[in-house]
Amino acid sequence: MRYSAFEILKQGLSGNKGWKPVWREPEPKAEYDVIIVGGGGHGLSTAYYLSKVYGMRNIAVLEKGWLGSGNIGRNTTIIRSNYMMPGNQPFYEFSLKLWEGLEQDFNYNAMVSQRSILNLFHSDPQRDAFVRRANAMILSGADAELADEAQLRRELPFLDFDNARFPIKGGLYQRRGGTVRHDAVAWGYARGADSHGVDIIQNCEVTGFDIENGVCTGVQSSKGRIRAKKVAVCVAGSSSRVMSLAGMRLPIESHVLQAFVTEGLKPTLPGVITFGAGHFYVSQSDKGGLVFGGDIDGYNTYAQRGNLPVVEDVAEGGMAIMPMIGRTRLLRSWGGVMDMSMDGSPFIDKTHIEGLYFNGGWCYGGFKATPASGYCYAHLLANDTPHPVATEMRLDRFKRGHIIDEKGQGNQPNLH
Amino acid sequence: MIINHPLLGPRDAAEFVYLGDAALIDRPDPEAENADEQFYEYGYLRDNPAGAHQELWYHEQGDRSWLVVTRDTLTHEITGVKLARDEAKKRGRNK
Ligand SMILES: Cc1cc2nc3c(=O)[nH]c(=O)nc-3n(C[C@H](O)[C@H](O)[C@H](O)COP(=O)(O)OP(=O)(O)OC[C@H]3O[C@@H](n4cnc5c(N)ncnc54)[C@H](O)[C@@H]3O)c2cc1C
Repeated sequence: MRYSAFEILKQGLSGNKGWKPVWREPEPKAEYDVIIVGGGGHGLSTAYYLSKVYGMRNIAVLEKGWLGSGNIGRNTTIIRSNYMMPGNQPFYEFSLKLWEGLEQDFNYNAMVSQRSILNLFHSDPQRDAFVRRANAMILSGADAELADEAQLRRELPFLDFDNARFPIKGGLYQRRGGTVRHDAVAWGYARGADSHGVDIIQNCEVTGFDIENGVCTGVQSSKGRIRAKKVAVCVAGSSSRVMSLAGMRLPIESHVLQAFVTEGLKPTLPGVITFGAGHFYVSQSDKGGLVFGGDIDGYNTYAQRGNLPVVEDVAEGGMAIMPMIGRTRLLRSWGGVMDMSMDGSPFIDKTHIEGLYFNGGWCYGGFKATPASGYCYAHLLANDTPHPVATEMRLDRFKRGHIIDEKGQGNQPNLH
Repeated sequence: MIINHPLLGPRDAAEFVYLGDAALIDRPDPEAENADEQFYEYGYLRDNPAGAHQELWYHEQGDRSWLVVTRDTLTHEITGVKLARDEAKKRGRNK
């Protein structure tokens, strides 16, 4: 069924009895051309582009829980393309362009809202670094705009400009950045993939790979053995666990990131704002709650919950730029397990096992990448060559000395 | 989380800095034949298990000792804490 204003009218006049489930719930077939392991945002968008753009049929997505139970349903929904490194920025700009046409493309309201993202800076050297980043963004075809203190005082009078420790000197705007309704992204891609014949199989955990003479011929799952010509793993925080079933060790650690939402307020924040001297980012949801977060807890974990020291740290970050936040009450907080790679950048690559592919290492920035990650992974699965904007996201880059070190800090698994 | 420090008793985990898998104690021999391969694995690859994990914590806001903590990554339960120095010596390091 195609959604449209006319359809809403028609259904409304006929008692809303004609709406149908948005995807089927099939049992797995014995064999597929491609099995995608993990029904998060990336797995579903991979299935969508593989069937729609690359014309492949006979595809299954195997999801251990229900769709949206992973990080796709836990993130703070920020999209942007304000990276700097050549291995990253063109990819994220490609992703932002896909976001811009996504709702029309998959005929689903994902509430893509380009309400802008503003990265504050607090010192002259930081301003210089942001000018450099802005230039890299513009070179990749993205938009970037430097705002001085006077402009920000006019636009965002509630910021603590005269903070003694971290005075606000200006910021870097990306007006095309913003937020998207995360659950709707999963549902929209699932519906789109299903309409192109993809089998989406929930409550089906992959428990092993069938590997014969270095070739992957299928998976073992809680619904039995399923054969496949290609197996594409895409399990975010569970990457190391799942790839260890194929005997692989990854340059990844799993860490928890917490997020917070306050009671609903009247419109206060026009867009996304980030603190430049600590780690804190905030936006306001359409329901009115302030949605914010900060650093990861910083130790390996698979528990989808964090500890109090980070709650305090995030709250301090919020108070440092926006003291009014201290007057609102916190409604909820939660955590998600992320696949933190050793340089903060992701992987979309083949493995040394023929027929086995890996997509992961998204750290806590993989939501914005959802469209491009799926598109590039689909390209790789269909052609066995990387998509032009994802040529550097290789698993062996550490061995070759070609890390994508966005922060210039070397290898450590706590980068963005 | 509370870490039961072998010398100082129970301390809040916020006093510590986390480094990662205690396998980092076992630095490869730079003279070895395949030292480049070994250092690649040492520097970048991790087991990252779901369950018991031996890991290095540094008591920065305390006595500045390094500890080897055994903690379950599914429940955050801590089942063992040792001085990293003792553990390293046991594994054949001279300090
Ligand atoms: C609190 C928080 C805030 C965030 N904020 C942002 C943000 O503002 N902007 C941004 O860009 N990114 C953000 N992120 C990161 C982003 O959410 C993730 O990088 C991204 O969602 C990961 O890709 P995914 O959607 O495919 O993951 P997931 O939704 O986690 O999908 C992986 C799926 O694999 C399944 N799976 C695991 N093991 C198996 C198995 N053995 N068999 C079958 N299925 C399996 C899981 O059940 C899961 O559904 C945030 C993350 C968190 C936790």
